[in-house]
Amino acid sequence: MTARTVIKLSTALYMAVFFGFLFGPLVVMGITAFNTSSYPQVTPFEGFTLGWFAALADDDELLYGLGNSLRIGVFVVLLAVPLGLAGALVMQQIYARARSLYYLIVVSPVLTPGVIIGISTVIFWRDLTGLTGTRFLYNGVVLTVLGQSSFISAYCMLIFLARLQRFDRSLPEAGLDLGASHQQVFFHILLPFLRPAILSAAVMAFLSSFENYNTTTFAILADKTLTTVLAGRVRQGTSPTLSALAVAIVALTVAGAVAFEVLKRREDRHRAAGHAAAAAAERRELAQVVRPA
Amino acid sequence: MRSAGAHYLLMLLPLAVVAAFWAMASLERRRDGGVSFTQRNGAAIATYLVVAVGLWSLFMIVLPQLSMIELSFRPKLPTAQIGGPRDVYTLQNYRYFLFGSTTDTSHWNSIHIHAFFLTIFASILVTAFDLALCYPLAFYMAQAARPRRVRLLLLLLIAPYWVNEVLRAFAFRVIFATGGVLNAVLTGLGLIGQPIDFLGLDIGMYAGLSYAYLLLMVFPLYNALESLPASQIEAARDLGAPWWHIHLNVVIPFAKPGIASGCTLVFMLTSGALAAPLVLGGPRSLWFTPIVYDRFYQAFNWPQGSAYAFILLLTCVAFVLAVLRLTKLSLGEITR
Repeated sequence: MTARTVIKLSTALYMAVFFGFLFGPLVVMGITAFNTSSYPQVTPFEGFTLGWFAALADDDELLYGLGNSLRIGVFVVLLAVPLGLAGALVMQQIYARARSLYYLIVVSPVLTPGVIIGISTVIFWRDLTGLTGTRFLYNGVVLTVLGQSSFISAYCMLIFLARLQRFDRSLPEAGLDLGASHQQVFFHILLPFLRPAILSAAVMAFLSSFENYNTTTFAILADKTLTTVLAGRVRQGTSPTLSALAVAIVALTVAGAVAFEVLKRREDRHRAAGHAAAAAAERRELAQVVRPA
Repeated sequence: MRSAGAHYLLMLLPLAVVAAFWAMASLERRRDGGVSFTQRNGAAIATYLVVAVGLWSLFMIVLPQLSMIELSFRPKLPTAQIGGPRDVYTLQNYRYFLFGSTTDTSHWNSIHIHAFFLTIFASILVTAFDLALCYPLAFYMAQAARPRRVRLLLLLLIAPYWVNEVLRAFAFRVIFATGGVLNAVLTGLGLIGQPIDFLGLDIGMYAGLSYAYLLLMVFPLYNALESLPASQIEAARDLGAPWWHIHLNVVIPFAKPGIASGCTLVFMLTSGALAAPLVLGGPRSLWFTPIVYDRFYQAFNWPQGSAYAFILLLTCVAFVLAVLRLTKLSLGEITR
């Protein structure tokens, strides 16, 4: 029994415990989704059924909440990505003495508990809409979008800042020297460079918004999203439809991840095949050049 | 002091700060000779930047917080009386938190104060537990595993967090309920005669809270540990250091920003957690954030709820400052 075997065994044991802790509750909940008993439990396992999944499709409240969550997610992406981009660009150009205060302010929503963001959003916009006579803005969806965007824009800004660090400053200068307008530089030089960051910021914004509970539960007022419906259900009484929903979510995302990996592998293979074909052609050309000598 | 006028003055304060900085910047630029903001970006882009950042920082961050803080110092009044003679600044909401009443200071509000300190203490314990649990995995992924395995592990780590936090708390309820899996296993093995009420003892809640934010502890740790050059560890080993010495004196000091970042995030999310305590808490369980929630939606006392929320905010700020001071880091380093 060498030291190396001990290390390997203890690492394996640790991983088993860690991932057991991580997946255990989900596996247990997954089992309850297929159990016919009306209360989610694993033992006694009364019978196998897919009925709870069917019940999901009939659950109007859940579907309404899902629709709201999707809509809010899209609005948050449309708001938070431009705000984050502006925040990152200003960060690079702001008056040096104001920079630390500016950074503190825009990053503070990330470090603030979500409930406080929700509460403060509702209080401020209730006063503001009352004062300016724009009461139609004071509704759950608008407030949730505003509240979630305050910290999601900060996430987007951090992503853009990381990407902008690798931006070659001479490119926009060259464009301007060649006579491009500022808008042309922005849309044809800066944005294409930022495209990967824009995509990842958009995905992150949508997912963060979709699964958010703390801020949403205050900002949504009397309306509902998927997370608030779930929270209400879990507190009132429980039913295996919730387990069925969790299994459905995991199945969908696993399918998505597998599809993504398959597509990526196919793209890699295509690219490798392209490289191989180009290398073979190059070798043939060189052989023709070398052989006559 | 009447609150209505002061309310508007407070809202203008951030604008005054912005104007002051703008004036300073313009003066310096005029003196040193440089390009103005509009000249650097073009009028259209400059307008977009100013409007976007102004909307975000003022109307979505600073002014809402100021409104909440300002509301916490006002009494609860029916809508008709707001702005009237009874609407004066007062400490009565904070008095309620400490003494259980807005006027009588003879008895402490033991329930709320107890809940507050219990929340802080438990959050610190949960953070420490998560750090201890995640550090080996983050180290393994960053230094010891092959790239393909790292990708697989990352995928395995992220997968549970696709499921909403409410549903994850629900999964814990299924396990810890009196008729749940854990009790069934324990009685089946003959270790206990009667099912233990895990949920009533808050064990379910603490387990759920430890589970909830593991990912947010692993990622900052992994990012920080990944940039540690393996040659440093090898050099330490060549010089004869045992593994615990390497971790204590080489790895952990290097990974300080990641550790601070992970701990701050987990503490903040745990102390401000709402889903897990609501779903997993028993009838007598005490967690501060559901109490804040109740001030709004059970007692319908928004000024009081704002006061409680402000106390929670101050605690989180104090914790972040303490972490920054202890680790001698700056804010920028832990939010990366």
